[in-house]
Amino acid sequence: MAEMFKLQIVTPERVFYEGDASMVELSTTEGDIGVYANHIPMTAIVAPGILKIHEGAEVKKAALHAGFIEVLPQEVTIMAEVIEWPDEIDIKRADEARIRAERRLKDNSAENDVLRAKLALRRALTRLSARQ
Amino acid sequence: MASMRDIKRRRDSIQSTEQITKAMKLVSTVKLQKSKSKAEASKPYFNLMYQTISSILGKSENLDHKYLRPGTSTKKAVVAITSNRGLAGGYNNNIVKLINSELPAGDTMVYAIGRKGRDGLQRKGYEIKADYSEVINEPLYRDAADLTLELLDGFARGEIGEIYLAYTSFKNTVTHIPKLIKLLPVEIEAGGQAEGKAHALMTYEPEEEEVLDSIVPKYMSSLIYGALLEAVASENGARMTAMDSATSNAEEMIEALSLQYNRARQGAITQELTEIVAGANAIS
Repeated sequence: MAEMFKLQIVTPERVFYEGDASMVELSTTEGDIGVYANHIPMTAIVAPGILKIHEGAEVKKAALHAGFIEVLPQEVTIMAEVIEWPDEIDIKRADEARIRAERRLKDNSAENDVLRAKLALRRALTRLSARQ
Repeated sequence: MASMRDIKRRRDSIQSTEQITKAMKLVSTVKLQKSKSKAEASKPYFNLMYQTISSILGKSENLDHKYLRPGTSTKKAVVAITSNRGLAGGYNNNIVKLINSELPAGDTMVYAIGRKGRDGLQRKGYEIKADYSEVINEPLYRDAADLTLELLDGFARGEIGEIYLAYTSFKNTVTHIPKLIKLLPVEIEAGGQAEGKAHALMTYEPEEEEVLDSIVPKYMSSLIYGALLEAVASENGARMTAMDSATSNAEEMIEALSLQYNRARQGAITQELTEIVAGANAIS
C-alpha cells in the first residue's frame, strides 16, 4: 500500500477537493507527471488535461484546465483556475465546442484566431475525455 | 408656530421616506448574507495563493524578475473598486479620499470598477483609463483575469510603473476598512508565512522565470477577485448600516413632529373654545 499524502485542490470560488491521496496524475507544461508521497519540492504550471486522483484503489477524474501545482513531500496543493468534475460537464456543449474549434482551424485565417481555436479545441477534448 | 397642516404634511413625507429606507435595509441585509458567504468561500484560494507565492519567493532568494522590480515608467495605475449605487454612507467616498491622499492625481491612471468611485475620482482630476463598472454587479473570476491581463500589458509596454488596488475590506458586518495595496511589483514581507516550509529547496518546472511569469498574473487575478467579492459584501454592509441609522433618525423625527402636531391641535381647540365662550359672554 502506497504512502498517503495530503491533497488540496482550491479554485477561486470554492475548495474543490480536500483529502488524502496515494498518487495524482496530471499534465504540466513540461509533460505529464505522476506524484507520489515524498516527492521533491516542485512547482509546475498546469496544462489542460485530465487530473486523476488515486485514493488507494479508487480513482477520481476531473478536467483541469488552468492553474499551477505546488508539490511538497507530504502535501500537494493544486491552485486551479478552472476545474470540473466529469458530472459537471455538459457533453453536448463540449462536443459542439470541439466541432466549432476544428472548423475554425480548417479555414486558417489570422494568427491570433488559430491560437484561440487551438486552446478551445484542447479544452473541449479535455472535457470530452473526462466524461468517458 | 407652524400650522397643523404643515406639520402633518412634513410628518407624512418623513414617514414615506422611512418606509423606503426600511425596505432598502431589508434588501441589503439579504444581499449581505449572500455576498458574505461568497467572499468567505473564496478566502481559502486567496490565502493559499499568498502562502504559495511567499514560499516561492522565500525559498528562492536573489530572484531577479521583471514583476519583482518597479517598471521604468513613473506612472501609477490604481484599480478602484467602489459601487454603482449610492446611499451607502461613506463607502464610496472613503475609497476616493484614500486614493487622493496616497496617490497624486497628476501621474495616476484609474481603472474604475464602480460608477461612484469613477465619478468622484474624475471630479478630483484623475485620468480614467478604463471603466469596468458592470463587473461589480456580478463579479466573475474571468473579469479579474481579464483586467489583470490588461494591466500587465500596460506594465510590459512601459506605460505603468506600479499597480495598486483600492478596495474596502470586509472585517465583519459593521466594520469595513478601505485599503490600498500594491499589486506590482510584488512585495511580500520576508519570513512570516514562508517559514514553516522554508527548509526545503524548491524545484521549478519550467525555469523559475517562466513559473513566475505565469504565477504572478494568477496571484494578481486572485487578489482582484477576492477584493471584488469583499467590496460587494462591504457595500451591502455599509448600506445596511446607513439605512438602519436613516430609519431610526426618521423614527425620532416622526416622534418629535407628532408631539408638535398634537400640541398644535390642542392649541387650536383651546383657542376655538375661548372664542366661543367669549362670544357667548358678549351676547348675554
